[in-house]
Amino acid sequence: MAAAAASGSGISCAGARSPWRFLTVDEARTLAAICDQIIPPDQDPGAAWAGVVNYIDRQLCGPLEHLRNSYRQGITAVNKSSHALYGTGFVGLAEAKQVELLTLMEQGRAPNEAWTQFSAAAFFGLLVDQTMQGFYGDPRHGGNREGASWKMLGLSYPPIRGRLHYDVSKP
Amino acid sequence: MALPHVNAVVIGAGAGGGIVAKELATAGLSVVLLERGEWYTAFDCRKDDLRNQRTTVLGNAFGPDEERNPRVFVDEQGHERRLGPSDGEYNNNAACVGGGTFSYGAMAWRYMERDFRMRSTYGTVEGSTLEDWPISYGELEPYYEKAEWEIGVSGDDSNNIFRSPRRRSLPMPPLPPNREYEILKPAAQRLGLHPFDIPMLRNSVPYNGRAACMRCRWCVGFACEVDAKNGTQNTVIPTALATGNCELRSSSIVKEILTDDQGRVKGVAYFDSRPRLQEQTADIVVVSASANESARLLLNSKSRLFPNGLGNRYDWVGRNLQGHAYTGAAGLFDFDVYDDLGPGASIAICDFNHANEGLIGGGMLANEFIRLPYQFAGWREPGSPKWGRGHKDFMRKWYRRSIRVMGPVQEIPMFESRVQVDPKVKDYWGIPVCRLSGGRHPNDQIVGKFLASNAETWLKEAGAVTTWTSLPGTGLSGGQHQAGTCRMGNDPKTSVVDKYCRVHDVENLFVVDGSVHVTNGGFNPALTIMAIAYYASDNLVKSWKGTHGVS
Repeated sequence: MAAAAASGSGISCAGARSPWRFLTVDEARTLAAICDQIIPPDQDPGAAWAGVVNYIDRQLCGPLEHLRNSYRQGITAVNKSSHALYGTGFVGLAEAKQVELLTLMEQGRAPNEAWTQFSAAAFFGLLVDQTMQGFYGDPRHGGNREGASWKMLGLSYPPIRGRLHYDVSKP
Repeated sequence: MALPHVNAVVIGAGAGGGIVAKELATAGLSVVLLERGEWYTAFDCRKDDLRNQRTTVLGNAFGPDEERNPRVFVDEQGHERRLGPSDGEYNNNAACVGGGTFSYGAMAWRYMERDFRMRSTYGTVEGSTLEDWPISYGELEPYYEKAEWEIGVSGDDSNNIFRSPRRRSLPMPPLPPNREYEILKPAAQRLGLHPFDIPMLRNSVPYNGRAACMRCRWCVGFACEVDAKNGTQNTVIPTALATGNCELRSSSIVKEILTDDQGRVKGVAYFDSRPRLQEQTADIVVVSASANESARLLLNSKSRLFPNGLGNRYDWVGRNLQGHAYTGAAGLFDFDVYDDLGPGASIAICDFNHANEGLIGGGMLANEFIRLPYQFAGWREPGSPKWGRGHKDFMRKWYRRSIRVMGPVQEIPMFESRVQVDPKVKDYWGIPVCRLSGGRHPNDQIVGKFLASNAETWLKEAGAVTTWTSLPGTGLSGGQHQAGTCRMGNDPKTSVVDKYCRVHDVENLFVVDGSVHVTNGGFNPALTIMAIAYYASDNLVKSWKGTHGVS
């Protein structure tokens, strides 16, 4: 994965100033805005409400630790691209402009100077996949708050039906 | 202190090794069964949709662990990468007691007669080592039956006019049909095809002292919560242990097979869980570690008499690595087709396994296992939005209105698709790791397109309003269906083991797993691995003449 840059030294989980484990407050805000374009709220909750940022933040201090640099540099690059194109950070953009920038990233047409470490398309692909994980995955991992996506799809909740209620070896 | 000598060491407690251990222990041999993974139970079933055998985005649920077990993968352009087990190109199979059978989908296919005679059926294929098996379907048939009854298979293939002859029907009826079955069956019949109930290693009724399937949606890729899915971990391995002749040692990593001055094997060196290096001597050694790891172990077992590794005098160990090129189609319907009933896969056709005009081989087609929402987020018609409002609308509109029909293309083996041991990278225990390289034969793409187009036709006939195909890639294939790396054959110059799974030039060393498959059928291979394990064990027991006495 091109976005899987080596995890650098000196990066640790976010300090006491951030309520997040790894992300800074600003990074989390940008990430929430991006995720809410990937799965926007409508009659059903969007990614941010469902806790996708919490999912990503938690996994970056767990199995996805190797992606920390990708997120740190990627979110910075999104904001750099946004400044270069529109003169403001991603969070400050109108929805249509946010979608426009993400589409440019997806198509590999975001401003090159912001994307020196890895490609915008690779980072966007990572974001889409992990937003899906956080939104549709089990709530135990920190996303899919209240099983929102499962409710949206009409899956009964909770999905677990039982655990060895009977012992058929006995008559 | 040396461990007590035993008659047999079996390496790997999966589909093959579990059965060999049981058969030998039941016959009165003392057996040590070594397994590198752990012994999970149904209570370890976490139903984790992001961490299971099929979806490994948060890791790999049934071993081996991510940190200590790297492999090297060389892609088609020659670039090499070091990988962990949760990466698809690692080509992992589970490492735990039961092996892949603990978490598999559990389709229970008998290969067809022609699957054992691919060279005779299709002739020489350019760029391929296509060959006949040295055994026929008929020789294996009684052992297929034994696997079906001992491990436990439900289903009904009596409507499969293409099936190979069987003497006895399956021990359990199929599960009641799900909605996809009801929709696909009449459509197939209208097309003149021959649909039937997929045989599955799953209890449809209580069997062997365990419950019937409760039809939850957490099936393929997961441990079964009610222990209704039949693997070696809940059938033959407990039986082996109950004989008192078999000791199972989990978390045991075999370093090498040890040989003596006469060119016989004398046991294995392995790391126990602490990890201390142990030596277990035995009269015979059975390697059942699956196609990648069995080849690796033979290649890592070098000695004066076997400078290139065991069984590798003619450079055939690790060759012909194959799995299955999955192909098929998805269809969207304007009515609900989803009923939330596991295991999902229920109906199949074997109309396209052979005799496809102008083509070499083929494969079965079946509806897919039940889908979890995250998996469905990856099902998209080419060009449709992968994110944004379009994505969400798609999920809401089609999650319950989609069917996927897929099938495994019988791969045409290639000499250059292979497992080697890496010259540099070692695992946590200091053992050189698998180095995988090669790709698929061009025929797999041709057959893949053909099968996918038939899957599409079936879905359209069933009422799909939109369909699209998903075709296999050209890259190496040797994951859960891995096979072929220690080919069975009569000629020691072009194979690794003889028709009884004995390594040609080592009289007390056997390989019993998918490695010995000459070709891998157009089917999931588990039941064939099991049948071969019963068959090889039967011959081993018959030729057993006591300590140092196999001949």
